Amino acid sequence: MVEHLEQMSFQNIKITAALGFILGAVAFGFLPLLWLGFVNGFSGFDAYLPRVVGFTLKQAFLSTLFSLLIAIPVALAFARRQFWGRDALLKLFSVPLALPAIVAILGIVGVYGNNGAFGGLFSVYGLSGILLAHIFFNMPMAVRLLLTRLDAIPAENFRLGAQLGFTSPQVFRFIEWPQIASVIPGIASLIFLLCTASFAVVLILGGGPQATTLEVAIYQSLRVDFDPARASILALAQLAVCGVLVLIAGQFTRENSVFPRTLSKLRRFDGESALMRMLDIAAISIAALIILPPMVNILIAGITNIHVSDALLRATLTSLGVGLSAACISLLLGWVLADRAAQHATKALRAVIALACLAALIMPPAVLATGWFVILSPIADVSRYAVLLVIILNALMALPFVWSPLFPAIADARLRHDRLCASLGLSGFARLKLIDLPTLRKPLALGFLMAMIVSLGDLSAISLFGSAGFITLPSLIMAEMGHYRMDAAAGTALVLAALCFALITLAQYWSRSDDHA
Amino acid sequence: MITLEAVQFRYEAMLMNFDLNVARGEFMAVIGPSGSGKSTLLSLIAGFETPLSGTLKIAGIDMAETSPADRAVSMIFQDNNSFAHLDVWTNVALGISPRLKLDDAQRRLIDSALERVGLKTYTSRKPTELSGGEKQRIAIARALVRDKPMLLLDEPFTALGPALRREMLDLILGIQKERGLTILMVTHQPKDAKYAASKIAFVDAGRIAHVLPTEAFFAGDAPRDISAYLKG
Repeated sequence: MVEHLEQMSFQNIKITAALGFILGAVAFGFLPLLWLGFVNGFSGFDAYLPRVVGFTLKQAFLSTLFSLLIAIPVALAFARRQFWGRDALLKLFSVPLALPAIVAILGIVGVYGNNGAFGGLFSVYGLSGILLAHIFFNMPMAVRLLLTRLDAIPAENFRLGAQLGFTSPQVFRFIEWPQIASVIPGIASLIFLLCTASFAVVLILGGGPQATTLEVAIYQSLRVDFDPARASILALAQLAVCGVLVLIAGQFTRENSVFPRTLSKLRRFDGESALMRMLDIAAISIAALIILPPMVNILIAGITNIHVSDALLRATLTSLGVGLSAACISLLLGWVLADRAAQHATKALRAVIALACLAALIMPPAVLATGWFVILSPIADVSRYAVLLVIILNALMALPFVWSPLFPAIADARLRHDRLCASLGLSGFARLKLIDLPTLRKPLALGFLMAMIVSLGDLSAISLFGSAGFITLPSLIMAEMGHYRMDAAAGTALVLAALCFALITLAQYWSRSDDHA
Repeated sequence: MITLEAVQFRYEAMLMNFDLNVARGEFMAVIGPSGSGKSTLLSLIAGFETPLSGTLKIAGIDMAETSPADRAVSMIFQDNNSFAHLDVWTNVALGISPRLKLDDAQRRLIDSALERVGLKTYTSRKPTELSGGEKQRIAIARALVRDKPMLLLDEPFTALGPALRREMLDLILGIQKERGLTILMVTHQPKDAKYAASKIAFVDAGRIAHVLPTEAFFAGDAPRDISAYLKG
């Protein structure tokens, strides 16, 4: 009994510490902004603010719209067709998810920029470039999410459709659309949120007050114009927009009913007409044309330009150090939060934990950083704490990615083991070593790797706090691009891409290899 | 009514070879170990799978070039027989017209089919609000409005309890009597086969090992592979 009580209090200490840490980080970000806003009478509300908010929402809306308009026919085509190279092509569709934004942007500029193979087709800078980059990232993600849903349609539905003589439009109306319609709002709100908070894409491809988003405007007021008051107004606006979006997106994340998968291989009877074939070929070709050229460019420009320099080595080591530290903190926080949420948490506690995980989505890095900057700069030299601040910021940014593999695994493991462990008196360190670590090894590793990838690709935190003495791979690419050393940037980008790719491959291997856990 | 002559089909490593004759108006049960090819046999007849070789005839006509929609069969699966987002009435109506363009006579036909299977009061419900037995009644009603001479049943009542299974079989038998249907039913329940079928096909390792009248199938001197299967 005493042991049980000790157990309880240790649990409480852990969860209080984790929540306290996140809450503290958020409060230090938010409160100074509010204070600054009050002091200045929210005077930053000039014409600039509505324009930036307007553009932020406009580009996010258009990015979401086009990503989905392309993704839906592509996903339908992939679901309908078996063809040589299909699986390989689908694997390539998952590459943009792992590719740091800065790397992909470099590839896009390399292809569509003035000196690129397709240069001059349209301006890669401004709204068109921003949209292209956002579609590059989000369309393949949408395809994969939709395809998961389409693949879950029971074979009987298609057989029934074939027996009833459904045409392709009828298959879409009665079978496919009802399935994907339930996930489209969730996917759309996710893309919208990601594009609203998008930093690197807008920083590099946007430009001037006409094509800037809140996230980038905050960075500019803080680091270029040294105007924390203005930054705080922008940050409050960004907080309001993202907070609302997270709440909206949260409405759609509830699990959809899972369909029992039949053993028979899914065979389709529709889409045999020449017209449907042509439409499907066109859809898949367009998608491939969007995502493949930048990836090829990254590879080729990278390989031909890779030079091992001191700067590259130092940035690589810095990136790895920051990434490892951020991943450790993120994993620790995520584990404590997920573990508590999995144990008879009250509804309120569950909600608090869920919000804590989304802290860096509700308050994008620039918002948090602005507050920290405002509160720290009068009392200390911010640059001295830059490394620590970037690590904490990255850890918070990675938290949702740690949570998603970890929570279901922990909830499941607790359900299976709690009673047995209680009856055996297995608790504390012994339980951790004998039960939890072995069974949770895989989701823990997965969460760690995902956190690492997020941190390695981060440009926003490092842009806000970085300096000449503190350079990671993304900020090195950024600096090289700034000095028009595109060849050096390409080499650095390939190193970063290779790192992320190695991690995602490892993560996929981990999540697939199915030993009897 | 249905004739299979050396119909070959390959599923992964297993090569199947079916010869079978089902007479008009017959109720034949298909019994055999899991993975022996029972469901594949039904899929071949319905046109969901294409044979490697051999001849498959329905009512004397070769089905090689006939699409599933043009075959004179209705099939009822173990589950997923209805579209979850459409109400019961619409699910049945799809059996008449996938475009849902219906005249008054067709509407009355749907209403009477729903009444026949006992779903009259459920017409505007979604399938997810119905019990397992009621869900299968939707499929039976749809088969009624389609009015095809053959009914293929792929373990349609496996998930139901014994009393309800009996009730559903009675419904099917009643419809068979009214319409003179030819029925092929895959089942794991020898009792159901004994109750409903006049003949039983025993499928083993991708072949039809025996076709026997029901009494002979359950008789003491049945072939040894059958008695071994029945003993379990």
